[in-house]
Amino acid sequence: MTKMRDAVDELRSTGDCTALQKAIPYARFMGITAKIVDDDVLGTMRYSEHLIGNALAQKLHGGTLGALLESTAIFKLLWHGETNAVPKTINITVEYLRGADPEDVLARAEFTRHGRRVANVRVFAWQRDPARPVAVASAHFLLVPD
Amino acid sequence: MSDSFLPQKDEIKRRLEGRYVGAVPHNRALDLRVVDYRPEHLSLSLPYRDDLVGNPETGVLHGGCITSLIDATCGGAVILSLTAPRRIATLDLRIDYVRPALPEQEVICDAHCYKITRHVAFVRAIAHHGDQVSPIASASGTFVVFRDPDKGES
Repeated sequence: MTKMRDAVDELRSTGDCTALQKAIPYARFMGITAKIVDDDVLGTMRYSEHLIGNALAQKLHGGTLGALLESTAIFKLLWHGETNAVPKTINITVEYLRGADPEDVLARAEFTRHGRRVANVRVFAWQRDPARPVAVASAHFLLVPD
Repeated sequence: MSDSFLPQKDEIKRRLEGRYVGAVPHNRALDLRVVDYRPEHLSLSLPYRDDLVGNPETGVLHGGCITSLIDATCGGAVILSLTAPRRIATLDLRIDYVRPALPEQEVICDAHCYKITRHVAFVRAIAHHGDQVSPIASASGTFVVFRDPDKGES
């Protein structure tokens, strides 16, 4: 059993993403975590100065929001447990709706379609108010080995 | 690049790196570098680093840092297309992952701002390991160009 597989198993059995987050170096670098809230995956990106993309306006880098959206979708697919392989991103389209302030960002994903091979996922990221998302994404994931 | 013999090219590249990469905290955190530029075109590279790995079983970089690389390169290509300093912001960015990235290798993004109107700029980009013919990702993005004076990069 690999570290990654163990971490996925732990997520499924306990709803605790800590082991998974620890197994992914990039998630640690970005401060991206996830937890189960109201029976759903809630992704979080903890604010840190190195996430800034516009130093003058103090707004987060667009790429960091894309990273949180993609990660949250993957956490949700893994938690849902219909796939054993780590889902592979086929494509992702990120829409940037408003500038993101230098504070934590939250994200939630929903499946628009979960097939056997491919999952279509919509992801929303917001800061203080879920009704005012800073970015949304739609993405396709491959759930079987290519 | 045909104009690379120009003695000022390295100097401009250094300045571009300072302004567009050095002045942006997240681009600096990823250690992005200017590979090349010409009007409407920009190439940046993302050096491979263990702490940017998305799947420790494969050692491949996370899609997230490739998204940041592509966003930064596309935005830079727009800035190189502007005739006056303007503030810009990403409207949307679509990335197709056409082939898995390889471990231990830097990723290069080439972006081309192929059309710019009064308010909107359109960009295409390719991410690869040094050979454009076998890309890792292909992307297209749109940016809004603000008409008020430049207040720094978006």
